[in-house]
Amino acid sequence: MSFPLYDYGIASGLISGVLFGYALEAAGFGSPRKLTAQFSLRDFSVFKVMFTAVLVCAVGLYLLRMGGIIADNAVFVPTLFFWAILVGGLLIGGGFALGGYCPGTSLVGISSGRIDAVVFTIGMIGGTAAFAFVYEPLQDFYFAGKGPDAQRLPDLLGIPEWAVLVILGVFALAGFAVGSLLERARGGPLTAEEVCTPAGEEPMSASGHAMKI
Amino acid sequence: MIEKPQPFWSPVAAGVALGLALLLTFVITGNGLGASGFITRFAAQTSAWVAPEATATNAYFGPFIQAGKPLVSWITWEAIGVLIGAYLGSRNAGRISVQVERGPSIGRGERMVYALIGGALVGFGARLARGCTSGLGLSGGATLAVAGFVFLIGFFAAGFLVSAVFRRAWQ
Repeated sequence: MSFPLYDYGIASGLISGVLFGYALEAAGFGSPRKLTAQFSLRDFSVFKVMFTAVLVCAVGLYLLRMGGIIADNAVFVPTLFFWAILVGGLLIGGGFALGGYCPGTSLVGISSGRIDAVVFTIGMIGGTAAFAFVYEPLQDFYFAGKGPDAQRLPDLLGIPEWAVLVILGVFALAGFAVGSLLERARGGPLTAEEVCTPAGEEPMSASGHAMKI
Repeated sequence: MIEKPQPFWSPVAAGVALGLALLLTFVITGNGLGASGFITRFAAQTSAWVAPEATATNAYFGPFIQAGKPLVSWITWEAIGVLIGAYLGSRNAGRISVQVERGPSIGRGERMVYALIGGALVGFGARLARGCTSGLGLSGGATLAVAGFVFLIGFFAAGFLVSAVFRRAWQ
């Protein structure tokens, strides 16, 4: 058997999705208060979870390629269109800070009962339709600043892949250390108990009575 | 009876689980995980129900409609999986909380307006960037794609900026 399997069937999608949704929810990413607390520097979970996942998967892909399990150029690598991707990233970061979610986490929010996540998703559908409406006049901008096809950091920086992984690892460790310091100084990361209590109400104790804090 | 929610996983544990799920997805499909691709197909299908002719001739939505049922796609099964996985996880851990989640300084109405505007910005931005935090940031980042890191720089920069300007939304 050769890998990747290039299996786009229903079971493949469901398995990937269930694991994705389960991990995001376990991280606390169904809560917009927890997600947006990244940007007030009170909760570094977004940075920590994202960089851990990127590193684990990047190292895994590197090892699978070194071991000959998957071939070179066998997985999809997006191509850079500098301006559209930078401005798209800015819009998503800004919309996330205001609206509380990104596309994946809004689905997690819906599954964990958040009514605002449903409204956010309706907004996304509207934003997508608005893009479709202005797509033709935006074409020049959409394709501006194209980079080499499927360019990766080792190509851009001219250093071996393992060195890129080490640099990213050091960056992640530094982010973890600074993040944990800032979290402690600002009241710590948000807990499940805090975010499962609607704003303005007291967190419930185990016995179900309102707890005074 | 009110059940006390179980704690979230540590960021490292959740990050390792997420990274392994992403790696498995690459091994099975050759692609990473996504989310906005489903929203795009859902929007194209919704648009086709509301305005079939305008949608079929639209430069962006048209190709989805001409190719046949836009929702019949791997990304749809994956998005349904996300809904199921997140539901199972939050139910088992007692973390389902039906609420309009909002910061302490704003009411429900204002929160809904911010959710709608934020969602619209994210929907538009994801089409412009050709992906979102999952498809470009996470999956692109894991392949060490330059595109993924340009996206992440924009994402975090605007996140901090907008959060500082609209402090009252969440603090």
